[in-house]
Amino acid sequence: MSADTAPQDAAGLRARAFRPDWRMRAIWAGFAVYVVYAAGQLNFTWDRFVIGLDRGAVFLGRMFPPEFARWQLLAEGLLESLQIAVIASAVGILLSLPIGLMAARNLMPVFVTVPARALIALARSFHPIIVAIIFVKAIGFGPLAGIFALILGSIGFVAKLFAEAIEEISLKQVEAVRATGASFMGVVIMGVLPQVLARFIGFSTYQLDSNLRNSTMVGIVGGGGIGGTLFAAFQRFDYDFVAAILICIIAMIMAGELIATWLRKTFQ
Amino acid sequence: MSDSLRDAKAKSDDARKPDRGGNPPVRPAANGQDAVLSLRGLNKEYERGKPVLTDISLDFPARGVVAIIGPSGTGKSTLIRCINRLVEPTSGEVLLGGRDLTKLRGARLRAARREIGMVFQEYNLVERLSVIENLLCGRLGYVPLWRVWTRRYPDADIARAFELLDRVGLGEFATRRADALSGGQRQRVGIARAVMQSPKLLLADEPTSSLDPRTSVEIMTLMRDIAAERDIPVIINIHDVALAKRFATRIVGMSEGRVVYDGPPEDLADSHLQQIYGRGDAGEWIG
Amino acid sequence: MTLSADTRETPRWERFTPSQRLARFAVYLGMVMVVVWSVRNVRIIPEFLYDAHNQMADLFTRMWPPDLAYYPSTVHGALIETLHIATLGTILAIVMAVPVGLMAARNIVPFRLVNEFAKLILVASRSVNSLVWALLFVAVFGPGALAGTIAIAFRSIGFVGKLLAEAIEEANAGPIEALTAAGASWPKVLIKGYWPQVQPAFWSIALFRWDINVRESAVLGLVGAGGIGLILDSAMNFFQWTRVATILIAIFTVVILAEIVVTRIRKRLI
Repeated sequence: MSADTAPQDAAGLRARAFRPDWRMRAIWAGFAVYVVYAAGQLNFTWDRFVIGLDRGAVFLGRMFPPEFARWQLLAEGLLESLQIAVIASAVGILLSLPIGLMAARNLMPVFVTVPARALIALARSFHPIIVAIIFVKAIGFGPLAGIFALILGSIGFVAKLFAEAIEEISLKQVEAVRATGASFMGVVIMGVLPQVLARFIGFSTYQLDSNLRNSTMVGIVGGGGIGGTLFAAFQRFDYDFVAAILICIIAMIMAGELIATWLRKTFQ
Repeated sequence: MSDSLRDAKAKSDDARKPDRGGNPPVRPAANGQDAVLSLRGLNKEYERGKPVLTDISLDFPARGVVAIIGPSGTGKSTLIRCINRLVEPTSGEVLLGGRDLTKLRGARLRAARREIGMVFQEYNLVERLSVIENLLCGRLGYVPLWRVWTRRYPDADIARAFELLDRVGLGEFATRRADALSGGQRQRVGIARAVMQSPKLLLADEPTSSLDPRTSVEIMTLMRDIAAERDIPVIINIHDVALAKRFATRIVGMSEGRVVYDGPPEDLADSHLQQIYGRGDAGEWIG
Repeated sequence: MTLSADTRETPRWERFTPSQRLARFAVYLGMVMVVVWSVRNVRIIPEFLYDAHNQMADLFTRMWPPDLAYYPSTVHGALIETLHIATLGTILAIVMAVPVGLMAARNIVPFRLVNEFAKLILVASRSVNSLVWALLFVAVFGPGALAGTIAIAFRSIGFVGKLLAEAIEEANAGPIEALTAAGASWPKVLIKGYWPQVQPAFWSIALFRWDINVRESAVLGLVGAGGIGLILDSAMNFFQWTRVATILIAIFTVVILAEIVVTRIRKRLI
């Protein structure tokens, strides 16, 4: 090899190997400053944290053993949550079919897609709990408000993904069906749906799972179900009953997850 | 530096005893001081009762290129990975400079590994790192953790990385990301990374299998020359018999986990190839 | 599904085996039955249902026009607090999720027991809704943003940790093997072998979770855990509907902006 190993400047070589990225460093420094500033704004102090830990220990102590004596109240709440989730999923998924179809830009004219997409964006942007509280204020306490809230949430998720799935389909098959002289509904049923049905079932089972989770929460704002019982128990400092409710909610959610997985397998 | 290459060739010629018959599976052990690496009775079973390697005993001299040939699935890759214990041998000894690597653990094993450079079929570069940092990865066995974390590699290592990068002809690619390179360029980086370890020997597992014929020859030439410059031996797994005959100073033929040929490339006859590769037409492996 | 004997005898093509069809039919029947049971038993007052559209229309007329003057005085501060909660909560979640995610990845920790334990932590985090986490931490730390931030963090551990573990398990083993062969210890392999490979997934998980957390932290105030939910709750309790409208518009805008920011940054990262 060439022996001209001229004495190279070590710092120069290092700079050549790892060019300092000042922009990234500035971004990181800014980020660090932000974190300190934000933590200050929210009044995070070590003292509060330590006091909290002490209270947390007391709190955990009072949660055990969980109290299942009021199991009737518990079962009632859980069943109502289940009903909310089932009805909201059924209605929400059924409504998502036409709305998703209307939002698909490759099949529908602009004056149809724009309102459909606006509805979906609106439904997606608000947390189901916020939607639930609005319905509670408008139509009163009870599971109906929770059902409406979750229907809207289902549309926001299922219809959006359904529209995206339709926009990705191959138009060749649609053309082929159209060439047979089929009506618009015929085209949709024979040309579009077969291509997206599997994915639609996928989103729907996911949404069923998600509705089950949220149906246990809408009660916190008065939308029916076990959430109301949970919130009341918290406010009365009945922490052993809180523990029992939480155990039941988690068990139900896990069972729901298993069922959703099993449904997906059956339909695949 | 070509003198040392000729030296290496001459020396390994001396050490070699051609087996004309082609059947004696075990090569007479070379004189102990000369062998930089010795395998003694190496066995490997991934599943009980299904041996992948059976009783491999080989000595590798301190210079020269040894090519291990054989059909795929015959345990070549396993053999080469048993040397630096990327694969744990079931039994047997791996002696590097007199130390048995199979007995080492933890920091001692890592210290032994850094003395063995390795080149891979799929290059195995860290794709999202720059070329120069991929080279510096060869120093990971030496550089303390905090320097690795903060990328404060020692000055000497950086200088050497640039030198080596020039040597493999990729000087201007130092700050490119590794995934921006072609296959041949990546393998050059892979070789440079292995040499960065200041190894006592170089292992290569099918280094040309993912490359076109011309690039393959370039890579083999580079590997032979760079090892000769540093006066270290190379052990190469390769299924291309023509390349093996062209570059190797010694050929080890394997079949079904056993050594069935061990000798100079000139003595490798069609009958040996038939034994190595089975009933098929041996000619296709040479052509 | 298993093939039953008669399909094997008849070569006629069918989309599903009879047992598959039976299973599907049973599922459909079960679903219809569950829906019917739910509708018949749910505690709904029919008059409420028939009157719902009127009530909604009434509420929206009371919301109009939004009280925009309320924004600078109160909503803005609460909105910023909500963003702080989302961001700090996400950072805290990442700090806690990285070790758990590493423990859950089978190629990092080759002990089944440790993997399963880590997965248990991740599942527990995901199974409890952020509102419930908020209720718990309000009881522990008292009302305010601290409880909200920690609630967001605990809820996010499961999400971040699970996706991170999956990304790590998908990492190409080749470079890892090369670095091991070079004599690198496992922290070095982690930094130079895994991290560069996992980095793009890591940032996209973090951004995605931040986007979700912006939505979630808007709700926390309903149970006293700080942020814009707090003023939403009080405006509703005092029937100040024009203020409610302003708050809803603010939430909507921030959620949309967060989504745009995340999409932009993700495009630049990839």
